[in-house]
Amino acid sequence: MDAEGAKYIGAGLACLAMLGAAIGVGNIFGSFLQGAMRNPSAAQGQFGNLIFGFAVTEALGIFGLLIALLLLFVI
Amino acid sequence: MLGVANDPMHQFQITRFFGMPDWSLAGYDISFTNASFFLLAAALIPATFMTLAMKRRALVPNRTQSVAELIYGFVDGITTSTMGKDAKKFFPFVFSLFIFILTANMVGMVPYFFTPTTQIIVTFTMAMMVIGTVLVVGFYKNGLGFLKLFMPSGIPWPLYFLVIPIEIISFLSRPLTLSLRLFANMLAGHIMLKVFAGFVVTMSAAGAVGIIGSILPMGMTVGLMALEFLVAFLQAYVFAILTCIYLNDALHPGH
Repeated sequence: MDAEGAKYIGAGLACLAMLGAAIGVGNIFGSFLQGAMRNPSAAQGQFGNLIFGFAVTEALGIFGLLIALLLLFVI
Repeated sequence: MLGVANDPMHQFQITRFFGMPDWSLAGYDISFTNASFFLLAAALIPATFMTLAMKRRALVPNRTQSVAELIYGFVDGITTSTMGKDAKKFFPFVFSLFIFILTANMVGMVPYFFTPTTQIIVTFTMAMMVIGTVLVVGFYKNGLGFLKLFMPSGIPWPLYFLVIPIEIISFLSRPLTLSLRLFANMLAGHIMLKVFAGFVVTMSAAGAVGIIGSILPMGMTVGLMALEFLVAFLQAYVFAILTCIYLNDALHPGH
């Protein structure tokens, strides 16, 4: 296999990081909704925490995307 | 399949703005480009709007003034909920960042317009500005006590060997994630929009069946466009709230 082809395969594999991020982000919003349905009056105050958790979880998927972009356009 | 006109990456190319001259300074190309134009627009539109809206400063606000007050109140909610009583000092910084990113994202949603936040250097500059502020404020307010940020209290001491490196790595990755989140979200969204819009063009070129079939990607494009407006707002919000959280860390390290 030539290096060019291996680069594209690597970029595709790096995108698998987004699978984990997808599960994590889905979990966060799912759990938030579960909690919010049980106690709707407390939900409004936790919106900031929800977005913070979402942002931190998403960061790990972004690391994977970064590796893919580096492989495609830099190396 | 995708021709030059359909190339999804074409929209991110930086070109000189309509016949502007070719300037250079000390070997660097400093021409006025489309990126410069839309960055300038993202700064000037909110500045002009806020100035005009608050010109009369009536006790009972008219419509424009209420919009300005709504935006102010929204950002005030973000800052006070995360920083408490210290919020007022950093309110102008967070407000400018939020409104600038929001306008830059929204300007990019207009077809054929350039999105400044899809350039990583723009988002990275803003992220470094935030982290620079955090470092300066943290060391100015707490002195070396700022380093307690890396030593969370209330854990057994052997765990420090594990926790301190993790905390340091997490702090160092902050500017990276802060910039990449905004950049990647805007970039990916715009590429996705372009790819789906490209489907409509290629399918409808295939004759009558293709034209009927192209209704599906067309509907998808409309849906994605709505989603992108949500993302454009959400990313500005996330950037602002993370800025507040990092600033709060600088003000009260080692809670």
